[in-house]
Amino acid sequence: MKVTTEDALHIAQLARLRFSPEELEVLRRQMESLLSHFSQVSELDTTGIPPTSGVLPLVNVMREDIARPSLTVEDVLRNAPDREGDCFRIPAILEEE
Amino acid sequence: MNPLLRRPAHEILPMLSRGELSCRELMEISLDWMSQTEVRIHSFLTQDGERALAKASALDQRRAKGEMPGPLFGLPVAVKDNLATKGLRTTCGSRILEDFVPPYSATVIERLEQGGAVLLGKTNCDEFAMGSSTENSAFFPTRNPWDLERVPGGSSGGSAAAVASGQAFLSLGTDTGGSVRQPASFCGLCGFKPTYGRVSRYGLIAFASSLDQVGTFARNVRDCALLLEVIAGYDPLDSTSLNEPVPPYSRELENNPGSLRIGFAGDWLAMGLTPEVERTFHRALDTLRGLGFAIESISLPHSHYALPTYYLIAPAEASANLARFDGIRYGLRVPGESLKDLYQATRGQGFGAEVKRRIMLGTYALSAGYRDAFYLKAQQVRTLIRRDFEQAFGVVDLIAVPTTPSTAFRLGEKVNDPLAMYMADLFTIPISLAGLPSLSLPMGIEGGLPVGLQLVGPTLAESRILQAAWRFQQATGLHDLVPPPAGALRA
Repeated sequence: MKVTTEDALHIAQLARLRFSPEELEVLRRQMESLLSHFSQVSELDTTGIPPTSGVLPLVNVMREDIARPSLTVEDVLRNAPDREGDCFRIPAILEEE
Repeated sequence: MNPLLRRPAHEILPMLSRGELSCRELMEISLDWMSQTEVRIHSFLTQDGERALAKASALDQRRAKGEMPGPLFGLPVAVKDNLATKGLRTTCGSRILEDFVPPYSATVIERLEQGGAVLLGKTNCDEFAMGSSTENSAFFPTRNPWDLERVPGGSSGGSAAAVASGQAFLSLGTDTGGSVRQPASFCGLCGFKPTYGRVSRYGLIAFASSLDQVGTFARNVRDCALLLEVIAGYDPLDSTSLNEPVPPYSRELENNPGSLRIGFAGDWLAMGLTPEVERTFHRALDTLRGLGFAIESISLPHSHYALPTYYLIAPAEASANLARFDGIRYGLRVPGESLKDLYQATRGQGFGAEVKRRIMLGTYALSAGYRDAFYLKAQQVRTLIRRDFEQAFGVVDLIAVPTTPSTAFRLGEKVNDPLAMYMADLFTIPISLAGLPSLSLPMGIEGGLPVGLQLVGPTLAESRILQAAWRFQQATGLHDLVPPPAGALRA
């Protein structure tokens, strides 16, 4: 199971994780060895076997849409790392042309 | 150490409800022992002594006014730090949530408090419950009360150490692939992972949602049943919780479970375990035979694939669940030029090595071109593993298997070898993938260290498991174990 530096960088981008080049190299080698071990599952013939995504026999659990009290804005914003009034403050998401 | 702290919870509780011992007095004794031992054991990430004392006094006043005491009235308990506690810091053992104070409590916390239990604080764990030794906590490792140079297991190591050392009478942990059962085995406790869906997960900070379940730690089977009874049951706030009645586990405990057939899977032992654990396990099977249970050979042929299956599915789910830690609404924020820059910096700095490793593995298993070969394949193998158990439970009533392939290992022994660490959950993971209930209880002490036996049942067979476990515990006398020498726990 080969994992290239480009693969590892691509996955880190998808996962929104930043690594130093040294950290990334350690991780790349660990991923290579772990994924090789995990790819044992490919030995099994699973043709026609349905996947298990959950063990419960439940499908689409519904409830009545009833209004009930919820958290106050102050409670919700109390853990915000940065806020302005009743909003979370974040860096600009649209870059200028 | 005050001998009261070594008494079973089911003996202390009547004293508290009758007022022979005040909640305040017991709380003072507990907090005193905690302050003496915590410097050695490090079970807690956050201690809440002042509030615990105030709550204990309030309970005493309510009892004096004639109010009916709840089933856990006045009992000092501990809870794992991935369960949300309103107004009390909840970190998941992570820097990314170092200062997070939840605005609400998990349903299990509310049920504990309604039952009269008093929280001593929040216990240490592997970061986001990812680990088998509690060494992945971003803050400090927890020590095993049986040998301070050894790990208590994980990820619920702090909850296990708190109960084993006598700091708390009972505690809650969470179990995704073995995180309650494995530390219970290493610390000489009963650790119960109920059926998936039996206990509400509302307010449990998610790791792998198709596997996570809240579980209990206690020093004997009766205490374990008492605690499970309080936390189990349907919760409209958790759409995966089962709307099934909760049997009175503690009252049914001494009922005769009948001549149970107990399955023994030879293919599991072939996966590898130490000769000491194997010997102890065969002695445990003899004990079960002596109790009138029939031991029958069964086959669970796909168990060998459970570890790789789990380590494809759980990290994939974790990579999605942990996407919420983005530095915007709560938790750590590391500033960045752009939003993407902020995300990457926050997550790169806020998560520890094991969490990042699992997010990377999970993202890989879900990424374009690999999803079918890894994630989908693992989900199909999960079906084969479930079918093995379904077939086995057509023939037997319970399955017996060691909880861990070895006794507690030394701190540092496996930290640099992820695969070796993952192997510590070899015997707990297949059961998690099938969503089945499993109780680990002490089956022996080898080289001065306890080791556990798992009794596994079909869906919602918690009562049957507890009844068999209670008989086993009566026969072996392996309950309310005291880690020797208690003096070593004190600073």
